[in-house]
Amino acid sequence: MEVRPPDAAPHPAPLNCRQALLRGPGALLTSSWPWRSLGYLLCGALVVFVAIGAAMKGPLHIDRMPAYAQLLVMLLLPAVVGMPVAATERLRLRLVDAEPVGNPHVTPDQPGLRAWLRLRVGEAATWREFGYTIALTVVLPLIDLGGVLLVGCVVLLIAAPFVAPFAGLGPLVVFGCWHIRSLPDRALVVLLGVALLPAAAYTVTALAAGRAEFVRLLLAPRESEVLARVQELTRSRIRLADAFEAERRRIERDLHDGAQQRLAGLIMTLGIAEHGLQQERSDGARLVARARKEAEGVQADLRELIRGIYPRLLTDRGVPAAVAEVADRCPVPVRVDIAMAQRLVPAVEAVAYFALQEALTNVVKHSRARTAWVTGRQEGDSLVLRVGDDGVGGARSEDGRGLQGLADRVAVVGGRLKLSSPPGGPTELVVELPWRTPDCG
Amino acid sequence: MANTRLRIVLAEDAVLLREGLVELLERFGHRAVAAVGDSRDLIKAVEEHRPDIVVTDVRMPPDFNDDGLRSAMELRGRYPDLAVLVLTQYAATAYACELLESGEHSRGGLGYLLKDRIGGVAEFLEVVESVAAGGTVIDPEVVRLMLRRRQMNEPLGRLTSRERAVLGLMAEGRMNADIAAALHVSQPTVAKSIGSIFLKLGLSEGDGHRRVLAVLTFLRS
Repeated sequence: MEVRPPDAAPHPAPLNCRQALLRGPGALLTSSWPWRSLGYLLCGALVVFVAIGAAMKGPLHIDRMPAYAQLLVMLLLPAVVGMPVAATERLRLRLVDAEPVGNPHVTPDQPGLRAWLRLRVGEAATWREFGYTIALTVVLPLIDLGGVLLVGCVVLLIAAPFVAPFAGLGPLVVFGCWHIRSLPDRALVVLLGVALLPAAAYTVTALAAGRAEFVRLLLAPRESEVLARVQELTRSRIRLADAFEAERRRIERDLHDGAQQRLAGLIMTLGIAEHGLQQERSDGARLVARARKEAEGVQADLRELIRGIYPRLLTDRGVPAAVAEVADRCPVPVRVDIAMAQRLVPAVEAVAYFALQEALTNVVKHSRARTAWVTGRQEGDSLVLRVGDDGVGGARSEDGRGLQGLADRVAVVGGRLKLSSPPGGPTELVVELPWRTPDCG
Repeated sequence: MANTRLRIVLAEDAVLLREGLVELLERFGHRAVAAVGDSRDLIKAVEEHRPDIVVTDVRMPPDFNDDGLRSAMELRGRYPDLAVLVLTQYAATAYACELLESGEHSRGGLGYLLKDRIGGVAEFLEVVESVAAGGTVIDPEVVRLMLRRRQMNEPLGRLTSRERAVLGLMAEGRMNADIAAALHVSQPTVAKSIGSIFLKLGLSEGDGHRRVLAVLTFLRS
């Protein structure tokens, strides 16, 4: 029984035929649900007929096999076709249930057929699908056929008196002994058919609902399977973020050990040359001096670039020191007060640093603040970072890619972002980060 | 300047730069008694040669973190007369401050210099010699950052004169209306100044008696 809160809309459109059944008879009979149910059962019956027909008369010719081989094939076939059949059934369920059924299978994390097979055989979902496919050949056709035949009979009752005289079927016999010949008899039969229509509609809808329930029971992902998928997604997202951080670090290291050192060597060589040429007062001395100044400019640019890619201080000294350096370079005066008893895991550390850097960049770009401040405190299992300013306020997380990107980055490690920025200020951004990522514990 | 021929231990893991530095120092009459590319070798070389000055990089093997810096601090603690010059690509006040705070009994000179400065050959040699002679040289870029931070951490220094006046009257125990009358401004202006004072002193709403805390900060200064 569906439970609705009393203040909800009185009649939200039913999502599936079970909900439709619980409506009043008028609502059900005027809706499309009986038709959808009939269609559902009809195509189910069709699928089973085609499948059994193909198995019996098709290339396999089961009917010509010895009995034990027939039994074996009957068991093996569902195992092989179980997964595609289940996929079709999940898809077909949309006819009588607007809510889609997810795939209960986990994505294999290793390539190759062997890994795939091992995973599938071990999964409960595979065996439920197997069971369903067996039921599909044994029990479910009876339901499908029962529903279809019932409607067929009713339609026949209504149509037969009109069709019979033309088709030349001879006298119409109903229930074995009732011979219809006269006009009143015919009218009675039609009336009987019409009277049975609502009952047929109800029955068909109920059969479809029961069948749909059965499909959901066996083929829909269980809660643990949904959870497994969510965990898998979370893990892959963290792996992605980690790979991204590792790449940043690698670029920083390569630039530091390569370009920066060679540039320092070049500056030194130019310096020595300049020193040697100083007595000559020649053009050469001036040009070398200029080259050295340029190289020094490039070195300064490179230093800024490298710090932007990955700050060395973050690895060596952690978030407080690294953020203090960002604050030192911030055009708006920033007071930093971050107290942490221990280091965060590297992935969270990087998120914390880049979140604060981005927040301070926003302060400089948009807030027109005269001062800003950053605090960081451990609260329970999380690190709570606050960035505030005395600017004009009015920042919204929907605005711009900066804040949205920030929220995404924080969410990767299982953190949260809160923004308070009334027009007129002050603005405060709160970043809550877990001490560990959801996956590394 | 060659009359003070310095005995130098050099630690730098980039080979070309290391060789260039040796050449530079020897060209101007000093002697590199050892040139190493690993922070562990640095400590061994100092133990062996007892140089006048150590010139070292920050990031070095074996860990490629701040191994060079840590070795430099350790050496300062161990040899009170040893002069240490750190050459680096990092304009980081944190490293410079740690270096300054290390080796409390050290009488030796101290330097923290960006690698770009090697290009000004004469100035660079002056730095080396002055550090060897017991002087302290911090890169101008790093000094600039340090001064900025100091200003930032002087809480009352960031208040405007109006805010300071308001805070003074708050310290006398006056209410907002009194303060407004005394300064000939409106009450909302006073309220705004107080909000700004709280913000600048880092008193957020969770701190309870912000008014009292602000006054305490004022009285302590």
